[in-house]
Amino acid sequence: MGTHAMEQAAGATTVPTQTGLLIIGASQSGVQLAVSLRALGFDEHITLLGDEDHRPYQRPALSKEFLQGTVESESLIFRSNEYWAEHNVDLVKGEYIARIDKEADGSGVAHASSGREVPFKRLALTVGARARKLDTEGADLDGVLYLRNADDALALKARVGDATDVVVIGGGFIGLEAASSLQKMGKNVTVLEYGPRLVGRAVGEETAEYFLAAHRSRGLDIRLNTSAARFTPADGGTSVAAVELKDGTVLPAQIVLIGIGVIPNTQLAEQLGLDVDNGVVVDRFALASDGTTVAVGDVANMPNPVPGSEPGERIRLESVNNAIEHAKVAAYSLTGRREEYAGIPWFWSNQADLKLQIAGLCNGFDQTVLRRDEARGKFSVLYYRQGQVIAADCVNAPLDFMAVKNALAKGQNIPADAAADPATQLKTITTDS
Amino acid sequence: MPTVHFTDAEGAVRDVEGNVGDSVMETAVRNGVPGIVAECGGSLSCATCHVFVREDCVSQLPPMEDMEDEMLYGTAVDREDNSRLSCQLRLTDELELFVTTPESQV
Repeated sequence: MGTHAMEQAAGATTVPTQTGLLIIGASQSGVQLAVSLRALGFDEHITLLGDEDHRPYQRPALSKEFLQGTVESESLIFRSNEYWAEHNVDLVKGEYIARIDKEADGSGVAHASSGREVPFKRLALTVGARARKLDTEGADLDGVLYLRNADDALALKARVGDATDVVVIGGGFIGLEAASSLQKMGKNVTVLEYGPRLVGRAVGEETAEYFLAAHRSRGLDIRLNTSAARFTPADGGTSVAAVELKDGTVLPAQIVLIGIGVIPNTQLAEQLGLDVDNGVVVDRFALASDGTTVAVGDVANMPNPVPGSEPGERIRLESVNNAIEHAKVAAYSLTGRREEYAGIPWFWSNQADLKLQIAGLCNGFDQTVLRRDEARGKFSVLYYRQGQVIAADCVNAPLDFMAVKNALAKGQNIPADAAADPATQLKTITTDS
Repeated sequence: MPTVHFTDAEGAVRDVEGNVGDSVMETAVRNGVPGIVAECGGSLSCATCHVFVREDCVSQLPPMEDMEDEMLYGTAVDREDNSRLSCQLRLTDELELFVTTPESQV
C-alpha cells in the first residue's frame, strides 16, 4: 500500500501496514507514553509522530540553558535513535496530521497534510498546546517572537546577537525565565505584565511579590498593569523597532518576545467528535469520551488527581511532571490495566539565581505560612486548607520543597504553627495527619 | 571513550559508553537505563537521578555544591556517603565510572 512504499523509498525500516499505536505528538508525554508502554511489555509496533523536524527534545531548557548557549541542542534529545530502533518505535518527524478517520473499535487512519496516511489500531493524542498569539497592531513584524518550541528558540537565538533592547510581554514563568536569560546575555530587558502581579494564578500573592522585588533588585524593569498599544518598525522597515504603551510611552525593542499562555491543541479531538472543554476531556485513566483514544499531558483535561480535591473537579496541568505521570496512567490503560495517577504535581522555574520549586497545587488555600531566610536567600510559602498542608512554593530552598513534596505524597501534614520558624527543618516536624 | 557501568538494585549491570562533556544522567536516559528518571532534565530540581558511586570512583568526581547536597536529602531512597545526583557528574576522557541505581527514584 501507498504508505508502505513511501516508507521504503525513504529508506526507513519496514513498518507494518497498520501500526499498533499511533502517538500523535512527539512531545514529553508522547515519548514517556512510548517508553512506559515498552516497560509494561506492550509489544505492538508504535509510531511516534510529530510535526516538528527535530527528534523529540526537552522543552524546559529552551528559555534558559539553550537560549543562553550553555547546553547544546544534542543534549536536549530524549532518546538515542538506537533506543527507538531497539524498542520497535518508529519515529516520524515533520508530519502534521490534518484529519483522522476512526472506527468504533479505536482503529483508524490518520491523514497527514503531506498526503501520507498512517493506519493505526489505537490512537494517543499527546499534541500539547500552542502559544497564545497577541493581535496587537504590529504583531506580524519581524522580531515579534514567541517561545514554545525549538524553532521558536532558534529564531530568537538568531536575532538576539543584534539586539540591544528586548521587551517581554507577559510576566508568567516563560516570560520571566526568558527575560532573566536575556538580561544575563547583556540585553536591556523590560517585562510588561497586563495583570496586577507576576505569575498569575500559578503562585500565591507572597511568592508573586517576592519575585517582583527579587527581579527588580537584579535590575529587571518590570511594569505591572501595563500593555502594549502597538509594535512599530523603524521608518520603512519590516522589523520591530519599538513598543508603544497604552499611556504613550515608547520603549525601544529590536525583539518583542510574547509569553501570554498557551491554548491546548484540540483540533483533532474536535474533528473526531471527542468531548473538548479546555483540552480533551479524559477520565481518570486518560481515556477520552470515545473510550478508546487516550489523551495525555498539556492537552488533557482530567479529574483533579490530587488527594482531597473536590469530587468532579477537573484540571489541565502544563508541566513535565504531569506529562510523565499522566503518560504512565495512559500506558496502563492501553495495556488493559486501571491505575490511577500517582504522585503529587510539582513544577519548577529557574530565573536568574532564583530557583523556584513548587510542590502540590495551592487552589483553595485558606492559610499561608512564610519561611524566610534573608541571609541565605531562601524563601518558602506553605499553603494550607483547613490546617492541612496542600502545597508549597520554595525559592532556593530545596529542603523545604522536598519535605512538603514527600509529606503530600505520604498523606502527611506539616503543622502550620511549627512551620513558621525557618530554622526548623520541615522534615523533623512532619506528622501523620 | 568514557564508560559508565550502571548496576541496578537487583544487581544487573549495564555498561554504557558516553561522550566527554555529557552528564552521567544524560548518558543513562538517552540509552534508556531504567534506574534513572531525571524528570527535570538536569536542572537540579527533582532529585530523581540519584546514584551511589562506587567508593574508589568518588575521588574522580567534582565536589558537590550546596544545591545538590540539599536536594540529596529528598531522594526516594535515603542518601549515603557515596550518593550523588548523576546530572551533576560530567564524563571526562577515559573516565571509568561504576554507579548503582537505587530501588526507586520517586
